[in-house]
Amino acid sequence: MSTPENLAPGVVPPLLDVRDLVKHFPIRRGLFGTPAAKVHAVDGISLSIAAGETLGLVGESGCGKSTAGKVILRLIEPTSGSIRLEGRDITTFGDGDMRSVRREMQVVFQDPYSSLNPRMRAGEIVGEPFINYGMGNAGEREDKVASLFRRVGLRPEQMARYPHEFSGGQRQRLGIARALALGPKLIIGDEPVSALDVSVQAQVINLLMDLQAEFGLSYLFIAHDLAVVEHISHRVAVMYLGKIVEVAPKRALFGAPQHPYTEALLASVPLPKPGMRRARQTLKGDVPSPIAPPSGCRFHTRCPYAIPRCSQEEPLLHKVGEGHDVACHLR
Amino acid sequence: MSNANVSAGAPPPAGTPLLSVRGLETRFFDDGMALKAVDGLSFDVARGETLCIVGESGCGKSVSALSVMRLLPPPPASRVDGTILLEGQDIRALSEREMRRVRGNSISMIFQEPMTSLNPVVTVGYQIAEAVRQHEGKSWAEGFERAVEMLRLVRIPEPERRVKEYPHQLSGGMRQRVMIAMALACRPRVLLADEPTTALDVTIQAQILELMRELQEETGTAIVLITHDLGVVAEMAHRVVVMYAGRKVEEASVGDLFERPCHPYTVGLMGSIPELGSSLVEGKGPRRLAEIPGIVPSLRAMPAGCRFAPRCPLATDRCRTEMPPLEEHRPRHWSACWHWERAQEAIHVHA
Amino acid sequence: MTDITADAAGGSAPAPAKRSRLGRIVRRHPMMVAGGVILVTMAVVAAAAPLLAPHDPIELNVVDRLRPPDEDYLLGTDAYGRDMLSRMLYGARVSLIVGLAVALLSTVLGLLIGVIAGYYRLADAILMRIMDGLMAIPGILLAIALMALTRASIEVVILAITIPEVPRVVRLVRAVVLSIREQTYVQAAIAIGTRFPRLMLKHILPNTVAPLVVQATYIFAHAVLVEAYLSFLGVGTPPEIPSWGNIIAEGRLYVQIAFWQVLFPGLALAVMVLSINVLGDGLRDMLDPKMSRRS
Repeated sequence: MSTPENLAPGVVPPLLDVRDLVKHFPIRRGLFGTPAAKVHAVDGISLSIAAGETLGLVGESGCGKSTAGKVILRLIEPTSGSIRLEGRDITTFGDGDMRSVRREMQVVFQDPYSSLNPRMRAGEIVGEPFINYGMGNAGEREDKVASLFRRVGLRPEQMARYPHEFSGGQRQRLGIARALALGPKLIIGDEPVSALDVSVQAQVINLLMDLQAEFGLSYLFIAHDLAVVEHISHRVAVMYLGKIVEVAPKRALFGAPQHPYTEALLASVPLPKPGMRRARQTLKGDVPSPIAPPSGCRFHTRCPYAIPRCSQEEPLLHKVGEGHDVACHLR
Repeated sequence: MSNANVSAGAPPPAGTPLLSVRGLETRFFDDGMALKAVDGLSFDVARGETLCIVGESGCGKSVSALSVMRLLPPPPASRVDGTILLEGQDIRALSEREMRRVRGNSISMIFQEPMTSLNPVVTVGYQIAEAVRQHEGKSWAEGFERAVEMLRLVRIPEPERRVKEYPHQLSGGMRQRVMIAMALACRPRVLLADEPTTALDVTIQAQILELMRELQEETGTAIVLITHDLGVVAEMAHRVVVMYAGRKVEEASVGDLFERPCHPYTVGLMGSIPELGSSLVEGKGPRRLAEIPGIVPSLRAMPAGCRFAPRCPLATDRCRTEMPPLEEHRPRHWSACWHWERAQEAIHVHA
Repeated sequence: MTDITADAAGGSAPAPAKRSRLGRIVRRHPMMVAGGVILVTMAVVAAAAPLLAPHDPIELNVVDRLRPPDEDYLLGTDAYGRDMLSRMLYGARVSLIVGLAVALLSTVLGLLIGVIAGYYRLADAILMRIMDGLMAIPGILLAIALMALTRASIEVVILAITIPEVPRVVRLVRAVVLSIREQTYVQAAIAIGTRFPRLMLKHILPNTVAPLVVQATYIFAHAVLVEAYLSFLGVGTPPEIPSWGNIIAEGRLYVQIAFWQVLFPGLALAVMVLSINVLGDGLRDMLDPKMSRRS
């Protein structure tokens, strides 16, 4: 176990600190599976989350936000970079060390259908973490599971049911109960409300915010719905093709977006206010392939303000305001 | 954000509707049990008009569209009742052969997942050309010409090249555009779009919605847009039908609906979506989202009386026993609620 | 189309009417039940062969050689005067033992190797190339080679049939493990600290049961047939043991004057293989709800 480095004494390290995280997926071809190309899923992102804070991570499909979440959870091995949880560098932890870390860092997945084993009963699913860590006897475990059920708004009588007997929202509550079981400090939500109907989505968002207030949880909230992210987050990071292009406290990001991509994203969201259709500049074209991302600024192929420099030199994240960083040559 | 106050376009003149659905009922039969997925749905769409049908999954909105298109599994698996008039013609009386001519020609449909609706082993050009050939008796050459023209219409770059590509070579947004091109190839008068942008990213969604609007202005197609996204409704709709558990609970013009919703379910839906820009409003923190407690009832166990009553904060004994009729409470604004005047109080916030 | 109904039904409430499970299976899969019944009957009859056989299957009786079916010898006799019915009853035992043993052995071996191949990348590359090699060996040649190296016995027959079957099971198990490993609930299980053995037993392997059971029935049927081929060619079950393949091989010489020696064992073989295959198809439909609804 390593101790936090480069920190002045007395400075509390952030709960999660990710530096220059890279994940490339090789595309294997030929008889011996030699890597022919690679998908630049996550290409050097850095982010940190303080205790009790929610960081929203937004971007379009294929931008690498979900991969980033899974790499941080070490469900996928990083190509390079470092992941620190409470100052400990967990990037190279083996299975055994990771098991102790998993108690602190949990996950809620998007699809409430595929994230629960269809052959296990709801009570077993939520109680499995206790079995894995040998916590309590059968009776104590059942009591704990029952109280988790109540906490997430399910009835303990439902413990004997199978996942298919629950609605989508209830399944997501099961997923949240399972994530809460070990008393984690950080929960990574990988699009946790995207698959739900709006009325149920509100229930789950409220539940997540209540749990944060109650247990002082930190969230990495990965989503594509900007309004939801704005609602639940304290700070927001915007990803495009494997890079973070802007990160800021939410009021700064939503009030005065600096990166042209953030601007375009915000302008694309249809508002539930008739007659307010915005005279907007819709972004042209599609997201380029992450196998061969554009040179320089990856957004320059779609950017309405691009100048020659943008295709030659990659813009680095730099500070434009209090906690507000942006990667754009024009800002 | 540059919010120009562009109006959603003046509602088109109320002429005779192109598509008129009356008392649509769709039942599925499963293990000897009849499940009524759509229960007495009526709506009209006129030329150049966009009607949005809103509701959550399982409310019957997609089944309604499939019923109109006659794309449901044939009896005895399902049964459709009611009247469906397309330009005055009852399409339920048509034979399957005649219906095939109507489908894609006078009325077409776009589905949510373009990949499953496109034939993966045939080029997109071939698929469009085939439709044109079948419906309009054109030659292959003319069909391909139309395909290129359609791809250009839906703003696909390099249509001459794309027309020879297979669906898997296209991105999600492009596929959805191809679907639209295919649906519009024979210049249908009515277009049913079932969650056409739900699987797409916001920037692509914005492009597709804009495209649909432009095409409508050019061709006067009547659009029935099925969605769960109130933002899409506000941007696209002239009129809105809100469905809950197989029934229409409210219908109004889009402005009226958002300004003065007359059904607690509509009010609940609006309260439960977080709003973009919420953090810019001065205040302590984010407002708590309104919840609609509970879940949508199962078709196998529909509550007596108003179907929303078990989840409704305004529900009284009357609601639980008597089904409220759909009534015109204000001009051209219908809702099915005993307490419609108090509907706006229905914001339900859990402690 | 089933998706529509499922979605429309809200999908939450379970069907209230629960009729008897067995009755339901019989109603929905009558062919499978018929196949199962025939197979079980054959197994029972084979097991009870010593009780049911009217004559000694090996005892020579030259006086009664090549007798057509009559009341003494229901299915006639062979060139040595042995009772065909008795020989066939005993022969059924060989077929069933070989079929069952091959099915079990190849499933167990295939499961073990498949799980390893599906989980460890390096092992996968090596094991799968070995499996490809094994698949390339024709079963009959392998049997001839084994017979040449050792003495003919049922064990060798079982081994000779099992070896080329194992790669098929390995491929199946590996494919299931690879696809299930990517399921979100497996990732969720890892995220809550589930150790490898539990992950396998609780989350991954249960998914292989249904396809394995189906595959095992096909292997069973195939093994019964191959055993008969091998015996017929004289490289299978030793000739002193009555197996259907042996009986047909011996009867081949006299087929023009004593058709029953070939007809009856041939029919028995066909019925057994058919019943196993029908059972397998039925199981596949029953265990894969998507398939059964379509039918």
